Amino acid sequence: MSVAASNNRFPALPWILLGLGIVCLAIGSYIGLFVAPPEALMGQVQRIMYVHVPTAWNALLAMTFAFVSALVFLFSSDWKWDARMEAAIEVGVVLAFLLCCQGSIWAKPTWGVWWDWDPRLTTTAVLLFAFLGILALRKFVEDPARRAIWSAVATIIAYADVPIVYYSVRWWNSLHQLQSSPATVSRQFWLPLRMNAFGILFLMTGFIMLRARVGSLRLKHELAPPPRAAEVTA
Amino acid sequence: MAIFVFGAAALLLFSFAVGPDAEALRKFSAGFLWLGLLLSSTLTLAESFHAEMENRAMEGLLLLPASPRALYYGKAIANWLQLVFLGVALVPVMVVLYDAGTTRILELILVIALGAAGLSAPGTLYAAMTAQVRSKQTLLPLLLFPLIVPALLASVKATSLIILGDPMNQGKSWLVLLFAFDAIYWSLCGLLFHKVVEE
Repeated sequence: MSVAASNNRFPALPWILLGLGIVCLAIGSYIGLFVAPPEALMGQVQRIMYVHVPTAWNALLAMTFAFVSALVFLFSSDWKWDARMEAAIEVGVVLAFLLCCQGSIWAKPTWGVWWDWDPRLTTTAVLLFAFLGILALRKFVEDPARRAIWSAVATIIAYADVPIVYYSVRWWNSLHQLQSSPATVSRQFWLPLRMNAFGILFLMTGFIMLRARVGSLRLKHELAPPPRAAEVTA
Repeated sequence: MAIFVFGAAALLLFSFAVGPDAEALRKFSAGFLWLGLLLSSTLTLAESFHAEMENRAMEGLLLLPASPRALYYGKAIANWLQLVFLGVALVPVMVVLYDAGTTRILELILVIALGAAGLSAPGTLYAAMTAQVRSKQTLLPLLLFPLIVPALLASVKATSLIILGDPMNQGKSWLVLLFAFDAIYWSLCGLLFHKVVEE
């Protein structure tokens, strides 16, 4: 199978997913903003949780997919996984950046500061910079084979760092509230949360599929044998 | 030697950032020591594959009947020793500038050895990559700095507890964390190195 076709088996699927994602996000945000009651302690500010928590889940999911793609690429040398890893890192970086922004917007009225050295916050920031570094590495290496292998190795190393960063910062300092489970959260709160979680999941999957297709097309171009002199002149 | 002067100059500059507040300087001395060492390490690490890049010496090394893993551990241990010497040499500078003396010299050396191991394991792997690309001076810190956050945190905490006293006996848990970080990255990077250098 050629490089480009490998990430283009369902051409319409990403667009369907993007559409579904927008619908889910619209319904979820409507319920979250207008239907669900304000939370007792934090009031209206808490409504940002309906996008913040789904963003966090999906950011981690995208990075995990990048890690899995890196492993599969290193073991199989199948180029479509390189394109998938690149796509997942890019989408993951965008989500992690959004996560930091949303967190700051929430933290200022709640904790009184824009930033705090809490384990999850710090881990997200470290992850964001680690994956930005990998994207920079990809920009600086022209040879596609080296670029793919090196960034896969760097992705595995960076991903292995996540739990270590998390626990080290947790020992160091902690302020973030503990996670809630569906059992302790009223239905009015978790419905918009789940709608938005699926909305962002669909959007993320759609974007990763589209970006992987672009990556595959570029790889096809880069890996193609140089045209023969006769074809160039003709 | 030049790198020692660089590290010492960095330590001198940090004290200007805080101002002549002896108490604050002493309090932050461990952080300054490790930041100085980290900044110097990007220079030593970037240099570590310099010779191999000339006349395609790297390919020659890989043709030898030795595994790339041996090559990696050789390089990593060399980098580690360099950083340990540098770290130990920077301690007197720290003591003089920040009045951060301690009698627990052996423990301090242990922390420097473990922390330097944490810097050199991923640092050597990334140096092998970045030595082969343009603008390596930017790329190496960009990749290395986020990764070594836990090692830096644990080293600074452990050093700080040695200098300022450790009433709660927390030093040990930071050493365990540092050791775990070293164990993970010395094995993981050794496993992945051959992928980086082999074509």
